[in-house]
Amino acid sequence: MNFPNLPQSELLRLYESLTRIRLFEERIVERYHEQEMKTPVHLCLGQEAVAVGVCSRLAREDYIFSTHRSHGHCIAKGMPLRLIAAELYGRESGCAGGRGGSMHLVAPDWGIPGSTAIVGGSIPLAAGAALSAKMQNNGRIAVAFFGDGASEEGSFHESLNFAALHALPLIFVCENNFYATNSPFKARQPECGIAAKGAGYGIPSVTADGNNLGTVYQVAGEAIERARSGGGPSLLEFETYRWKGHVGPACDFEAGCRPKDELERWLERCPHRLYRDGLLGSGQVSCADLDAIERNLRHEIDDAFDFARASAWPDPATLLEHVC
Amino acid sequence: MPWTEIQADSGRGRANFEPLQGCVRELSYRDAIREALDQALTRDPRVFLIGEGIDDPGGVFGSTKGLAELHGRERVMDMPLAENGLTGVAAGAAMTGMRPVLIHMRTDFLPMSMDQIVNHVAKWSYMTGGSVKVPLTIRAITGRGWGSAAQHSQSLQALFAHVPGLHVVMPATPHDAKGLLLGAIAGSTPTLVLEHRWLYDRTGPVPEEPYLIGAGSGVVRRGGADVTLVGVSYMVGELMLAAGELARTGISAEVIDLRSVSPLDEELIAASVRKTGRLLVADTGWKRCGISAEVAAVVAERAFDALRAPVRRICIADCPTPASHVLEQACYPDVDGIVAAVRGML
Repeated sequence: MNFPNLPQSELLRLYESLTRIRLFEERIVERYHEQEMKTPVHLCLGQEAVAVGVCSRLAREDYIFSTHRSHGHCIAKGMPLRLIAAELYGRESGCAGGRGGSMHLVAPDWGIPGSTAIVGGSIPLAAGAALSAKMQNNGRIAVAFFGDGASEEGSFHESLNFAALHALPLIFVCENNFYATNSPFKARQPECGIAAKGAGYGIPSVTADGNNLGTVYQVAGEAIERARSGGGPSLLEFETYRWKGHVGPACDFEAGCRPKDELERWLERCPHRLYRDGLLGSGQVSCADLDAIERNLRHEIDDAFDFARASAWPDPATLLEHVC
Repeated sequence: MPWTEIQADSGRGRANFEPLQGCVRELSYRDAIREALDQALTRDPRVFLIGEGIDDPGGVFGSTKGLAELHGRERVMDMPLAENGLTGVAAGAAMTGMRPVLIHMRTDFLPMSMDQIVNHVAKWSYMTGGSVKVPLTIRAITGRGWGSAAQHSQSLQALFAHVPGLHVVMPATPHDAKGLLLGAIAGSTPTLVLEHRWLYDRTGPVPEEPYLIGAGSGVVRRGGADVTLVGVSYMVGELMLAAGELARTGISAEVIDLRSVSPLDEELIAASVRKTGRLLVADTGWKRCGISAEVAAVVAERAFDALRAPVRRICIADCPTPASHVLEQACYPDVDGIVAAVRGML
């Protein structure tokens, strides 16, 4: 375990963020069957460390563009849970007033101009935000989150080319969970790997363990420092695995979508447990400290879901608002 | 805001084919576009231009000529041949405080960026509950003639007008080329400005100071009582010629220049047809599911009882544009065809 050598407060901040995502997603799993969240949810259980390791190194005003699987990124970026939960419940108080749902989380005040459900779509948008930051010379950087499937899209390659050409302050963050819906990575790409594609454009590119928060934190920090100091873009490929099916709260192994022993191998490498064990092993915190954090987070999630369910529906008379 | 001091100009009712009151300066359509871009770059530091070859000596048929030298290549930026990705880049910049103008030499290059235009740019305001706007302007030029053939001559306004969340404007005069372009750049809605290559040498009165024309307002180019002729872009001039021809035999045609195909100035169209009782629509694009169909549907919904003859539509033939000169001539409508169609309605 590559456990980061950081002050206790920072270690606990990371633990809190990691646990917030885990518990929020688990709460969706618990309540989805009630059919009150009428929006397709793409859960990031098993992939939380990438979101936390990257976003914890960003400033609030830095930009992230996310995908259909955006809950973790937005939570790690600091977006309030109430705004997310209310959007999942389709309420006026949601981040998009119920117009976006789970796949289009947005929070401009937290550096989240939006999320897109078209695979590969987030990447050029993030490159545009990076260009904007560079032209305005405002010191911000941008992060494009995307999955392994997006690395097959033209928009990925077009954005790599443009970002390298203009030395944009941009981090390409690929969460390689080895599946595009149910299509396995090996059925879709040659052996060379995703990082090699970044290298082909002259962009510093690495492949790293996405389930090890310490590793993500370190690798992301180096790329962010490079971007902020004018060193241009980086491509980070983090290998990870989603525990649930492509969409919805259920596992997809029974349906034969993925082999069960593969899941079991990845469950052994749960990013939350790896980090928690490392944290306790470091001797800097006690079980009681972590339990207290978890208790507070459960209250925060209770509050967010209560707020969402008590919020008003959007007024149908406003159907055509915000089109233009 | 750099734009608020400029009075929006609805322009309605003015016959822009005649000299403007008090405006004696004439500019070509291309120079009117160039002046709009120059003034936008000068006035607003958020504006930048990006497009393939826009800083080369030709300067997009002259419409961006010299602007890179004036404003620098960081703001008048050449780009990789990556239309979809760069539409996304421009959109991302627009979402985060800039006002990009993305320029395509040919309308035919827009289908390569359909994903970003249709799935992202057009949806973003709505999908974000209005919290993130995309003030992006996309210019594209429709070609015609000299064997341009199927991939250098398309007029695709109907594809984009179909999609909620986009404005689509089509200036027919130098005055509107400047005003609609500045209106698009100053506004908060993503806007396609579709220009016609055959209008580039046309001249007309253009005020020197910046002025804005918003999407959604048509204009009556010529008043008339017997028939309403509605057109866009290059076809407006053809309708004006046809109206002059018809007047010689005592037929009084009213000519409406839509200027904007999304939003559509439905009230202006309906009011005219309620007066004349007859409608002919001329479009630079195809007939099937095109702008002419939309205009006809608007009249069917809003002024059906006023109609005294079936609606006629004059469009290009429903085929890819052919290269051979004789086939080209068969593909495009002409003034004689418009005149004959109107005579058949009376």
